[in-house]
Amino acid sequence: MSRWVKLATLIFFALGAPVLAQQAKPHDYGMGAPATAAQITGWDIDVRPDGAGAPSGHGSVKQGEKIYLERCAACHGEFGESAGRWPQLAQGKGTLASHDPVKTVGSYYPYLSSVFDYIRRAMPFGDAHSLSNDELYAVTAYVLSLNDIVGDDFVLSRETWGQVKMPNQGGFYDDDRRKTEKAFWNSKPCMKDCRRPAKITGHAAVLDVTPDDKGFNDRTPRKGGVE
Amino acid sequence: MTEPTDKKRASRRGFLAGAAGMIAAGTTGAASANDKNLPPNIADWTKTLGDGVAVRPYGHPSKFEKGVIRRDVQWLTASRESSVSFTPLHELDGIITPNGLCFERHHGGIAEVDPKDYRLMIHGMVDKPLIFTLEDLKRLPRVNRIYFLECAANSGMEWRGAQLNGCQYTHGMMHCVQYTGVPLKLLLEQAGVKPKAKWLLAEGGDSAAMTRSVPLAKALDDCLIAYRMNGEMLRPEQGYPARLVVPGWEGNMWVKWIRRIKVGDEPWYTREETGKYTDLLENGKARKFTFEMDAKSVITSPSPQTPVKKKGFLVITGLAWSGRGTVKRVDVSLDGGRNWRTARIDGPVFDKACVRFYAETEWNGEELLLQSRAMDDTGYVQPNKDALRKIRGVNSIYHNNGIQTWALKASGEVENVEVG
Repeated sequence: MSRWVKLATLIFFALGAPVLAQQAKPHDYGMGAPATAAQITGWDIDVRPDGAGAPSGHGSVKQGEKIYLERCAACHGEFGESAGRWPQLAQGKGTLASHDPVKTVGSYYPYLSSVFDYIRRAMPFGDAHSLSNDELYAVTAYVLSLNDIVGDDFVLSRETWGQVKMPNQGGFYDDDRRKTEKAFWNSKPCMKDCRRPAKITGHAAVLDVTPDDKGFNDRTPRKGGVE
Repeated sequence: MTEPTDKKRASRRGFLAGAAGMIAAGTTGAASANDKNLPPNIADWTKTLGDGVAVRPYGHPSKFEKGVIRRDVQWLTASRESSVSFTPLHELDGIITPNGLCFERHHGGIAEVDPKDYRLMIHGMVDKPLIFTLEDLKRLPRVNRIYFLECAANSGMEWRGAQLNGCQYTHGMMHCVQYTGVPLKLLLEQAGVKPKAKWLLAEGGDSAAMTRSVPLAKALDDCLIAYRMNGEMLRPEQGYPARLVVPGWEGNMWVKWIRRIKVGDEPWYTREETGKYTDLLENGKARKFTFEMDAKSVITSPSPQTPVKKKGFLVITGLAWSGRGTVKRVDVSLDGGRNWRTARIDGPVFDKACVRFYAETEWNGEELLLQSRAMDDTGYVQPNKDALRKIRGVNSIYHNNGIQTWALKASGEVENVEVG
């Protein structure tokens, strides 16, 4: 077998025959350089709910308040109440089942890591990766205190990570659409006289919040949309 | 926010009167045609030389198509760096979205990645942590696949009723292109995934460092690290030089500017799969990891931004897609879902890609309530909005795949409406 045919066979197994490919030993293309420990450390910033990946360092609620007011409050509000359309960080407890749910760190986020990891990678908005580990712990501790999840004298670190209990940790469950929405699978959907004559019950034009190429108006849109 | 509401209203009324007048008069062609270019006269462009070759080294659409652009809705978000612009679906046909019109969703603006400094790290539960350059990726065996990409929040503004008057805004967080890239399976094999691994974390190189957990089974099934779309390199807005492709699953997972894949045994529960991209139901509990995009369709024309200009023969057209497989059939209703006819699908039909459908009819000025309904090869039938709300409530934001209704009025104008 020529070298070309051998390689073509390997590529066929790799791309075209997944079942067989599991049995064949994957071909080593000799591509990619080994990642060194130092390279990995520089980029490996994720933190899991169990605290795996949390860096060394610590920060108190009091230290966090100062950082928060300087670096975060302009968008998120002095008390996490949000300034304008930026995400609200605090309050909203007991609203999730209402007509106007307020999803915040305290009312909605299931894990400390979901907050800490996000601040670490993306905040402050427009100045990512500018906080030290101690500052990260401090500002996260302050956001938790705004939500009454920790006391005013709390110090967050890897050591105290497990003490933080998020109120809505049990508020999520896995996708169950195939079970709860089973009725949407229907091999013979109705084609004729499927409903009573349809009447218009709502108009987008009445609301008039659609932008045109000239500008926008100041009507209040309905809640919802991208977050 | 510059234009006073009254003035805007007046101009909108003017448009309607104009459209109605055109239909009544039954004029042919565009109202503004210039006689000197029409037969028997010889048009200007027939008499003079045009631009030579390479005057337009990267070609752009005709200057007469300048309205065919992405648009945003400024009240939706606090800043344009973390926001969305919408594909002008109403101006397009076939199944492929032109690269410059593919909707944008950024969480920290467009990262401008220098390809010579691009690196993809694969580490975690692997035998050999590796770093790939873009050149490495391009030297590996590659595949071509056409897939739709839909943001989980597409149609998210419509849960509580008809709100945005145009299918660009109601459905334009969707595009469909051909990707060229390396199967993620092949890359993971180079690193050697350890037996206990079950999940990956995909991380972007943008200033949001977007991260999503992806089940390893999906990664090994059909995910790609893509570097080309429609033949050319990815656009910066779409993750240049490389992005994750997660066929059929919510767009947020298709991490752009991908810089890192970590292999692990549990999901990470990042902010983007907890605080966001979870589907809050009426009881206050939320579904998580709702990856698949349900079958969905929309009539792209006629629609509010493409009113009907003439009575007589009318082509109704739209797009359908399903994250669970292949679209098998699309039905169209002219009476708000009371009676249905099966539309004609024309053009290629691929797994987890858009299909284009057509339903031709005669229209004599009667009011129509236009709807379309997609069915996929798992037997899923796109539900109407009320059926969806019955199960999901109106607080979900994400995964609104309910049947869209457009009211075609006697004037030819089309409006986004709800029917009951």
